[in-house]
Amino acid sequence: MGQIEFKGKSFEIDEDGFISSFDQWCPEWVDYVKNSEGISELTEEHWKVIHVLQDYYKKHGIAPMVRILTKVTGYKLKYIYELFPSGPGKGACKMAGLPKPTGCV
Amino acid sequence: MANVPKPNELVIDHRPPATGWMDTPVEFRPGTWCYAAKPKNLEAVGLPNPREWSPIDDDWKLPDNWKQIVLEGLRERLEKYRSLRIFMDICVRCGACSDKCHFFIGSGDPKNMPVLRAELLRSVYRRNFTTAGKILGKIAGGRELTMSVFKEWFYYFFQCTECRRCSLFCPYGIDTAEITIIGRELLNLLGCNIDWIAGPVANCYHNGNHLGIQPHAFKDMIEFFVDEIEAVTGVRVEPTFNRKGAEILFITPSGDVFADPGTYTLMGYLMLFHEIGLDYTWSTYASEGGNFGLFTSHEMMKRLNAKMYAEARRLGVKWILGGECGHMWRVINQYMDTMNGPADFLEVPKSPITGTVFDNAKSTKMTHIVEFTADLIKHGKLKLDPSRNDNHVVTYHDSCNPARGMGFFEEPRYVLKNVCNHFYEMPPNTIREQTFCCGSGSGLNTDEFMEMRMRGGLPRANAVRHVHEQHGVNMLSCICAIDRAVLTASMNYWVPGVEVSGVHELVGNALVMEGEMERTTDLRGEPLPGMEDSDDEDL
Repeated sequence: MGQIEFKGKSFEIDEDGFISSFDQWCPEWVDYVKNSEGISELTEEHWKVIHVLQDYYKKHGIAPMVRILTKVTGYKLKYIYELFPSGPGKGACKMAGLPKPTGCV
Repeated sequence: MANVPKPNELVIDHRPPATGWMDTPVEFRPGTWCYAAKPKNLEAVGLPNPREWSPIDDDWKLPDNWKQIVLEGLRERLEKYRSLRIFMDICVRCGACSDKCHFFIGSGDPKNMPVLRAELLRSVYRRNFTTAGKILGKIAGGRELTMSVFKEWFYYFFQCTECRRCSLFCPYGIDTAEITIIGRELLNLLGCNIDWIAGPVANCYHNGNHLGIQPHAFKDMIEFFVDEIEAVTGVRVEPTFNRKGAEILFITPSGDVFADPGTYTLMGYLMLFHEIGLDYTWSTYASEGGNFGLFTSHEMMKRLNAKMYAEARRLGVKWILGGECGHMWRVINQYMDTMNGPADFLEVPKSPITGTVFDNAKSTKMTHIVEFTADLIKHGKLKLDPSRNDNHVVTYHDSCNPARGMGFFEEPRYVLKNVCNHFYEMPPNTIREQTFCCGSGSGLNTDEFMEMRMRGGLPRANAVRHVHEQHGVNMLSCICAIDRAVLTASMNYWVPGVEVSGVHELVGNALVMEGEMERTTDLRGEPLPGMEDSDDEDL
């Protein structure tokens, strides 16, 4: 566990740079992560993915499976990788403040 | 997260280190070790010594009497498990196992030779529990338990996937996986688990599955597949949840519910059950086939396994049908009966469609879905169109636990040959009982371990590459959710162009359902052979 400070906010993060709980999430977090994720400018499409992930998480307590994410956003998986080079799990979920899925995945 | 070298940069150095093995301390190199268990995950199931720590820290924050705890733990286990004492005593270090391990083949690290991995524990056993070792120490192969030795245990017992390939070649039948299992138990006495195991264990204990999917989310996910099936076939299947009085309880790994490509296999299950009119139910409580307790301790395995049977009792089903999971079957086939069994309140599984009684499951009351489906096909109960899988040139990876843990070789092949027209075997010394591990089993399928996973995945990938080049194989099928997740990564790395599927995904493609519309795509939304010009485009 590490602690980082950014724009007056403090975040507790794990080894892979995910925030340790969704309660800590705020828009500044996205700003902080975008550089390390290789994203120069956040577009509406980035935010759409982030909001879909968060809405699902708030309702279900888990990230949506990739197939639900592509269906709800209307973006193909390949396009999500263009938006988030580390992919839906390691990139988009990290920015949205969701934990990593574990188990046989 | 450690960077993973590209395949052509991955050096395998088989030269032994300059110093002897007892004098070569472990080096925690990025990409070859897994993150430590988080305290909240240990606390969730009452495991000892929850704390923040990392394997690369000097101080692992162990209690002062850590050595006493480990040695006492080893003593207890030597008394409890006669197999362990035998395995500690009888190895003659012939080396028959040494080059059979995928991690040794892929890393060249001598301590990944099963004989030497076992020796890490055996040396401490000799020093503390044998007369010769107590008196002669190192000369008799004995070694003091030091912090350095303990760290070495952590590193190498979490570099063994408990696949048991080495055991097959041991002239004494030493089961090195059991040594790893005990090694991990001893590590767990001091809270030294990895988080990729501890997390799923905690989730499974609290929410019923490794992913921590809550009941309403579980139902939502299955219903998503119901819609997807309707889009492909025009048929609406109607699964039920937690239904008392159903004849059969179906349990599969939660990986199939969540992660591609297992999700397509799950669609195959749903379609099959609908088509034969099976009186079955899902459970949102026993919503996990896998059991990462097996990778933690016997006690934890028992606790997590119990919920399947508790749920079967609560729902009043007659028997349990189990999905395409790997290590679940090891737990069921080898341990369940004496841990939580016998399941006297259930009936011996009997197919309601063919009348076949599965006597082999007499004590556990749990039958493998691939066996169940093979029996349906054998009795001509399914209408199949294998040409729908003609785009796939298929081979089969024997998942370690069903293969070596229960001798499950013929049924998957029988099913595959009935649902696919193009099937080719990998070389004989890489399949059936000699199957190579996927490289990431026993809870090591985590991203920070990727370099080691790719190294361990190399022997299996080499065999796939062989049939890929010889026969154009482009689909690697298997019956384990860890396999489906990790072989996808290993194929992308070593043999691009080969996809991974479960067996029941291919069954779902071939299954001709009553009332179905003309199918234009397979379950993945890819056009069926001859339908490439169709306008239907799925995501």
